[in-house]
Amino acid sequence: MTTSTTDMAHDDHGYMATGIKRWLFTTNHKDIGTMYLWFAFIMFLTGGSMAMVIRAELFQPGLQIVNPDFFNQLTTVHGLIMVFGAIMPAFTGLANWMIPMMIGAPDMALPRLNNWSFWILPFAFTILLSSFFLGGAPNFGWTFYAPLSTTYSNGSTAFFVFAVHIMGISSIMGAINVIVTIMNLRAPGMTYMKMPLFVWTFFITAYLLIAVMPVLAGVVTMLLTDTYFGTSFFDASGGGDPVMFQHIFWFFGHPEVYIMILPAFGIVSTTIPTFSRKKLFGYSSMVYATSSIAFLSFIVWAHHMFTTGMPLIGELFFMYCTLLIAVPTGVKVFNWMATMWRGSISFEVPMMFSIAFVILFTIGGFSGLMLAMAPVDFQYHDTYFVVAHFHYVLVTGSLFSIYAAAYYWLPKWTGHMFNETLAKAHFWCSLISVNLLFFPMHFLGLAGMPRRIPDYALQFADFNMWVSIGGFAFGLSQLIFLAVVIKCIRGGEKAPAKPWDGAEGLEWTVPSPAPYHTFSTPPKID
Amino acid sequence: MRSRNLSWLLLGVLFSSSTWAESSINLTEGVTGVSHDVYDLHMLVLYICTVIGLVVFGAMFWSMFFHRKSKGHVAATFHESTKVEILWTVIPIFILLAMAIPATNTLIAIENNDNSELTIQITGSQWKWHYSYFDQDLDYFSVLSTPRAQWDNLSGPGEEKGENYLLEVDKPLVIPINRKVRFLITSDDVIHSWWVPAFAVKQDAVPGFINEAWTNVDEPGVYRGQCAELCGKDHGYMPIVVTALPENEFDAWLKEQKVAAIAAAEAEKASLAERMTMEELMTLGESTYVASCAACHQANGAGFPPSFPALKGSPIALGDVSKHIDIVVNGKSGTGMQAFGKQLTLKQLAAVITYERNAWGNNTGDVVQTADVKAATGK
Ligand code: HEC
Ligand code: HEM
Ligand SMILES: [Cu+2]
Ligand SMILES: [Cu+2]
Repeated sequence: MTTSTTDMAHDDHGYMATGIKRWLFTTNHKDIGTMYLWFAFIMFLTGGSMAMVIRAELFQPGLQIVNPDFFNQLTTVHGLIMVFGAIMPAFTGLANWMIPMMIGAPDMALPRLNNWSFWILPFAFTILLSSFFLGGAPNFGWTFYAPLSTTYSNGSTAFFVFAVHIMGISSIMGAINVIVTIMNLRAPGMTYMKMPLFVWTFFITAYLLIAVMPVLAGVVTMLLTDTYFGTSFFDASGGGDPVMFQHIFWFFGHPEVYIMILPAFGIVSTTIPTFSRKKLFGYSSMVYATSSIAFLSFIVWAHHMFTTGMPLIGELFFMYCTLLIAVPTGVKVFNWMATMWRGSISFEVPMMFSIAFVILFTIGGFSGLMLAMAPVDFQYHDTYFVVAHFHYVLVTGSLFSIYAAAYYWLPKWTGHMFNETLAKAHFWCSLISVNLLFFPMHFLGLAGMPRRIPDYALQFADFNMWVSIGGFAFGLSQLIFLAVVIKCIRGGEKAPAKPWDGAEGLEWTVPSPAPYHTFSTPPKID
Repeated sequence: MRSRNLSWLLLGVLFSSSTWAESSINLTEGVTGVSHDVYDLHMLVLYICTVIGLVVFGAMFWSMFFHRKSKGHVAATFHESTKVEILWTVIPIFILLAMAIPATNTLIAIENNDNSELTIQITGSQWKWHYSYFDQDLDYFSVLSTPRAQWDNLSGPGEEKGENYLLEVDKPLVIPINRKVRFLITSDDVIHSWWVPAFAVKQDAVPGFINEAWTNVDEPGVYRGQCAELCGKDHGYMPIVVTALPENEFDAWLKEQKVAAIAAAEAEKASLAERMTMEELMTLGESTYVASCAACHQANGAGFPPSFPALKGSPIALGDVSKHIDIVVNGKSGTGMQAFGKQLTLKQLAAVITYERNAWGNNTGDVVQTADVKAATGK
């Protein structure tokens, strides 16, 4: 399996085009990784500015800034951009940069596919965003439940469907590349159980992507034909079933949430041992826990649908399976805790984000556990409690892990150390504001505020104001990150090959910045 | 020193949590047997999570304070222990069982729809609820009654917001206490969700399908909720209000409604003979239009194309009267345009059609009378 790969990369070896051509035609995993990361950050700011408008509208009761229909467009596109445009491409960017360097491969296995899977993404999001100017953007929620998204849609369905198709193709190609690279290009001696956990989690994530992206493609195609070609997959008057839509969507949707968190598990499993100066506790149980989470994620989808009128037996099945997911998730959290236990801990910025990740992600896991209880979910479902839950797992979970990764590897990428003071300011501002932003949402949901509403009853006014203030502060804090990255690229203290004394892994054996081509001859692992 | 402060902080958080039950940051206990069970389950999981959180975060903070490099702590070398791994796999399974068993019991109770004494069909449509009492010949629509001037601050400060801002309706659902009331929930257009937190009832209204739910309220009172599934533009503006009355008052209320229904039918008949002037029709038409049509077609008739067409200059409003009457009375299935024949009186229908044909520069001069609507539709 682990063949020598020197001959695979020979034709563009040592050659690097200049200017725009370098980026358009590049097949270099580092260039493509960089583009993915920048793209994700731009999308993050785009989706973020929509969130700022949403929070401004919700600052006070009453309609102040936008009308209800535009409000729905903003929430929908915000969700779509954050999921498909920010979190997922950021992880793909990290995979591109780090997997070859971590397994001692010269590049990704399918470099041209790699170029292609990045370059179709900007088109997907151009299509999606252009709908704002062409009759209105999708306004049916990022979950696009039929028939609101079909017969009752505002004409944006076609834009939406084509954009999602392109994103899906990009993800599938990216996933194929990750799997082929990991299976074939590991350095001699790197057996599966010697791979860094980061590589393992991306490996499993890639399988999830290949399994569920076609399901998403299928369901949006059915949406398209229902809307424009008179089929009735989801239209009861033609013999279809709107609830069927939700089953198919969530069969994609639940694994999708794990697509957005498993890589995060891989990241903090890399950073926490580094800054605890102690090996990861329970490596093999981490691998098994990740695999069982991935498996279970296929049989819990209907926990998003407890109120749709499922039969009792179905509700029980999905409740039990969902509760079961807490077991492997717990194992992971306990392992991180045990890794830190009796370590020699220091608090560099990647570690600060990683610790915040573990604690805040666990809080999101707790609310997940509460939501899993079907009878109580009748109260929580579709309220701000759910909004709090998934922002804890996605923002303080996935996003914080991405920040941890970025700070961890920035020295390797740029060859410079980042400005620690600014980075710490980014961390503390984010940490405080993110909790002000999302924690009170639990209270709002419990007190009865539904999600996806542009205006609310007066008893929700106080918390909404706090939440909005937290939101603006969090939004602004992210600009600090931009400043750190730009400064770090421009200059700064020179980074040694291994800037973190506790770090392990092949990526630290090459100089900083990592040369354009690394591991043209595979290293030997023993 | 720092760890001391931290433990005070944690204690503070814990203490304040004991006061959660009373204030509005927690789930309501509600007024039904089921809602109490649901509340207890909620508190059970909340406490379990709090305890696990204290242990895990406590251990993490402990190592952050005592096992840090700056204090000269040297890292241990252990990195696995099968015993510990088995322990923290098995213990959570037992904790989950302790949660799953009461949850299962509550769920079984929630799903037991048998032996109800009253059945009400609830139909959601964009953006109102329709309540129909089985075997009682009684049905009506329930819509938001907060005036637009209170919520629309887009062009000015707007009116002061009332106490039940956005949680008030013109005609609440009325049910008796101490009787098992069954709800059959469905929709005419997109998916809505009927939710009253005090009953712990949330059930999706799915077009073409009927879902069941039930409640048995302990205390008389007014209970408020909202639509809980995104259903389009005015999803935030379709509240639910339920008035629970003692049994005898409920029975009296039912009788009253029947008397009122008979009176309304007679008025409807009488209106057939009536011939209204253009002015009368336009006045009634405008108020009907604002109440029933402006949500989609806008007060100025411009609509929100392409979802909701403009009526100003629309070929139907300017063209054949019978087509116009037809679409207003029978609606158009598969679109937001509902069959208003069920919702408005003949007089209101005549007035609103006249209004649409003569407002905003649609100067057709046509006058539509009650009898014309009747004749065109056989309503
Ligand atoms: C929930 C939204 C909604 C409400 C409320 C509503 N309509 Fe409509 N209306 C529509 C839609 C959507 C159409 C377009 C139907 C189609 O596709 O032909 C429409 C079409 C019409 C048309 C035909 C216009 C044309 O040019 O095709 C008329 C006339 C009309 N509505 C009158 C009314 C009247 C009168 C009322 C109030 C009693 C009303 N509507 C309330 C959504 C609504
Ligand atoms: C302990 C693990 C978890 C459990 C038990 C859990 C459980 C649930 C449940 C039951 C819901 C449905 C709530 C409702 O709509 O009523 C939900 C919603 C959601 N969860 Fe989780 N979850 C877990 C972890 C995660 C993770 C890791 C992510 C993503 C990183 C995630 C993302 C989401 C999202 C995005 C939604 C909302 C979807 C929507 O309705 O828009 N969850 N979760
Ligand atoms: Cu899920
Ligand atoms: Cu709704």
